[in-house]
Amino acid sequence: MAPVIANTDPDVLLRIEGVSKVFDGVVKAVDNVSLSVSKGEIFALVGSSGCGKSTLLRMLAGFETPTSGRIYLSGQDITDLTPYQRPVNMMFQSYALFPHLSVWDNVAFGLRRDGLRKAELAERVDAMLSLVQLSKYGKRKPHQLSGGQQQRVALARSLAKRPTLLLLDEPLGALDKKLRETTQFELVNIIEQVGVTCVLVTHDQEEAMTMASHIAVMDEGYFLQVGTPDEVYEMPNSRLVASFIGNVNIFEGKVDEDEPDHITVRCPECTHYVGHGISGVPGMNVGVALRPEKIQLSAQQPNKAHNWCEGEVVEIAYFGAHTTYHIKLNTGMNLKVQQANLTRKTADDLTWGDRVFAHWSRDAMVVLTE
Amino acid sequence: MKNLFGRSLFGRTWLIAVFIFLYIPIVTLVVYSFNDSRLSTAWTGFTFKWYVDAAHDRELIDGLIISLKLAFMSATLSVIFGTFTAFVLVRYGRFKGRGMLASMANAPLVMPDVIVGISLLLMLVAMQKWLGFPERGIGTILLGHALIGTSFATVVIMSRLREIDHHLEEAAMDLGCKPFQVFALVTLPLIAAALVSAFLLTFTLSFDDVVIAAFLSGPGSTTLPLVIFSRARLGLDPSINAVATVIIVVVSIGVIASSLYQLRAGRRRQREVAEAYAQVKN
Ligand SMILES: Nc1ncnc2c1ncn2[C@@H]1O[C@H](COP(=O)(O)OP(=O)(O)OP(=O)(O)O)[C@@H](O)[C@H]1O
Ligand SMILES: [Mg+2]
Repeated sequence: MAPVIANTDPDVLLRIEGVSKVFDGVVKAVDNVSLSVSKGEIFALVGSSGCGKSTLLRMLAGFETPTSGRIYLSGQDITDLTPYQRPVNMMFQSYALFPHLSVWDNVAFGLRRDGLRKAELAERVDAMLSLVQLSKYGKRKPHQLSGGQQQRVALARSLAKRPTLLLLDEPLGALDKKLRETTQFELVNIIEQVGVTCVLVTHDQEEAMTMASHIAVMDEGYFLQVGTPDEVYEMPNSRLVASFIGNVNIFEGKVDEDEPDHITVRCPECTHYVGHGISGVPGMNVGVALRPEKIQLSAQQPNKAHNWCEGEVVEIAYFGAHTTYHIKLNTGMNLKVQQANLTRKTADDLTWGDRVFAHWSRDAMVVLTE
Repeated sequence: MKNLFGRSLFGRTWLIAVFIFLYIPIVTLVVYSFNDSRLSTAWTGFTFKWYVDAAHDRELIDGLIISLKLAFMSATLSVIFGTFTAFVLVRYGRFKGRGMLASMANAPLVMPDVIVGISLLLMLVAMQKWLGFPERGIGTILLGHALIGTSFATVVIMSRLREIDHHLEEAAMDLGCKPFQVFALVTLPLIAAALVSAFLLTFTLSFDDVVIAAFLSGPGSTTLPLVIFSRARLGLDPSINAVATVIIVVVSIGVIASSLYQLRAGRRRQREVAEAYAQVKN
C-alpha cells in the first residue's frame, strides 16, 4: 500500500495514489500507479495497445472503480464519486455526440443538467461554439458535420461545464494524418485559452510530445517513466522507453572502466566513451542507446579511439527533409542513421553498398541498465 | 450495381410466381367482397351490400372493438416489459441468472401457440379452483398475448440497443445525468424507432391471434378473429370478406406510408452527409 500523503502542494490538481484495477480477478489492467498532475498542464499517457491507458482514464472519469488506491482532485478524495458527481469531463475517442440532438443541444446538454437560466445557458453555449469556430453550425445534426467538425463539437461539449479536469481519450485518433497535425495545435491552443488541466491518452508518441508538458510511458499497467517530453526522449530510463519513444539503436555491452568524468562500455561493435555523470560497476551488463539523428556518416575513418564503427549501407529511405540510412555493421547489427538533408540531393551522395564510417559524440548516448 | 437475378428470365418468372402465390388469395378475397352472390363460386354482379351488412353487424363490430383494445393493451405491455428485459440483458453485463432470463425471454418465440395457450389455460383453471380468480375474459387473453408479445418486443429492442454506442450513455452520465436521466434523455430517443416497430409487431400479433384467444377467452371477450373463425365454420359469409378488405386497405396504407417516409429520410440523410463533406473540401 502506498503511504497516504497529505496533499500539501497547492499546485497539484490531480493526485493518484497507488491505483490498481483488476478485471475479473485476473487481468491487471492498471498496476499500482501513482501520479500527480499540476494545475493547467497537459499530461499525456502513452503506451502500446492494451497497456491500460483507457482504463486509467476511465477511473478518473468514474466509469471504473479502482480495485485499490485513491484518487484526489483539488485535495478531495473522488475515488467513490459517480461520473455525474465529478467536476471532470471526458471527450471520447468516438466523440459520442448525441445523434438525435443538434450541435447546439449537444453542447448545451451538460449545462442543462445544472439548471442554468436560459439566457446564461445560451450565452455559454454560443461562447463555446465560437471558441471552436462552429457558430454557424449550431442547428446541424452531428451526421451533417465532417469528422474534424465533429471532433470540435465533442471538445466544446466537454469544455462547456468548465470542468476542473478534462480527459481526452485518443482525441485525434479518428482523424486522418494531415488533419491530425493541424488539429494538434488547434486543440492545444483551445485548451490553453480555457486554462483547463488536461489528461490525454494516445498511442502516438509524437502527438504526446507535441501536445503535453509531461508524459507518462505505460506498459502492462504500470508507469515505466514520467517526465517532460525531452527528459523522456533524451534520458530514457529503460530499453522499453527508449524504443517506444522515437527511434533508437541499442548496443549491448559491458562496463569497462568507471572514471569520475566518464565511463567506457565495450560492445562487440565498438567501444563507447560516455561523457556524462553515470556510474556502473566494471563488468556490469548495460545497453547503450543512441538516437539515429545523433550519428554522423563519413567516408574517412574518424580520428579517435572510441564512438565510431564501420559498415555497409543496406537501405536508404528518403523523406525529403531528411534521409534514413540502415548501416549493416560487421557484427550483423543494423544501425539506423538519420541525416538532415542540408543540401540538395546530388549524384555523389551515399548509395547502396557503400562502405561508411558512423561516428558520434561523447554526449550522444544514454546508458541503460534496465 | 445491376441486379442480375432480377433481370434474368428465371428471376422474373420466380418473382411473378411468388407474387401470385402471395397475393392471389388476397385478391380473391377483395374481389368476392364485392360479389352480389352469397356463394363464392360464381360472380353475379357488383355490390356494396356486404359492407353495409358488416357495418350493421353488432357481433363483428364488437369483435373488432375488443380486438383493437386488446391489441393496443397487449402491444403497450409488451413494449414496456420488452424494453426492461432488453435493457437488462444488453446493458447489465454478466449477472447471476442472465442465461436463464435470456432463454426464458426467447422461449415463447419458438413455443407453438397451442402449447402456450393450453399451458396458460391449465394454470388459470387451477388458479380459479384454488383462488377463485381470475375469470376468463379479456384479461386472460391479454396475459397470453403480452407473454408472447414481450418476447418479440425484447428481440426487436435488444438488436437496436446492441447497435447504439454505449459511450453515448457514458457521455451523458459524464455530463451530469443520473442513470434514469440517461435512460430518458439518451437511450429512449435512440431506441424510439425500435419501440414503434415493436409496438406495431406485437399489435399485429395480438390482433390476428386465434389460437391463444380460443383457449383463454370467456363470455364477452370474443375477438374479431374468433368471430370470423366461428362464422367460417358455419359457411362463408361475404360480410367477413368486406371486413377483411377494410383491414387490408388500412394496413396497406400504413405500410406504404411508413416505407415511403423511411426511404425519404434515408435519402435526405445521405444527402446531408455528402453536403457536410463537400463543404469542407471547398
Ligand atoms: N471491461 C473490461 N473487462 C475485462 N478486461 C478489460 C476491460 N477493459 C479493459 N480490459 C483489459 O485491460 C487491459 C487494458 O485495457 P485498456 O483499454 O485500458 O488499454 P489501452 O491502453 O487503452 O489500449 P488501446 O490503446 O488499445 O486503447 C487490456 O488487456 C484489456 O483487455
Ligand atoms: Mg484505449
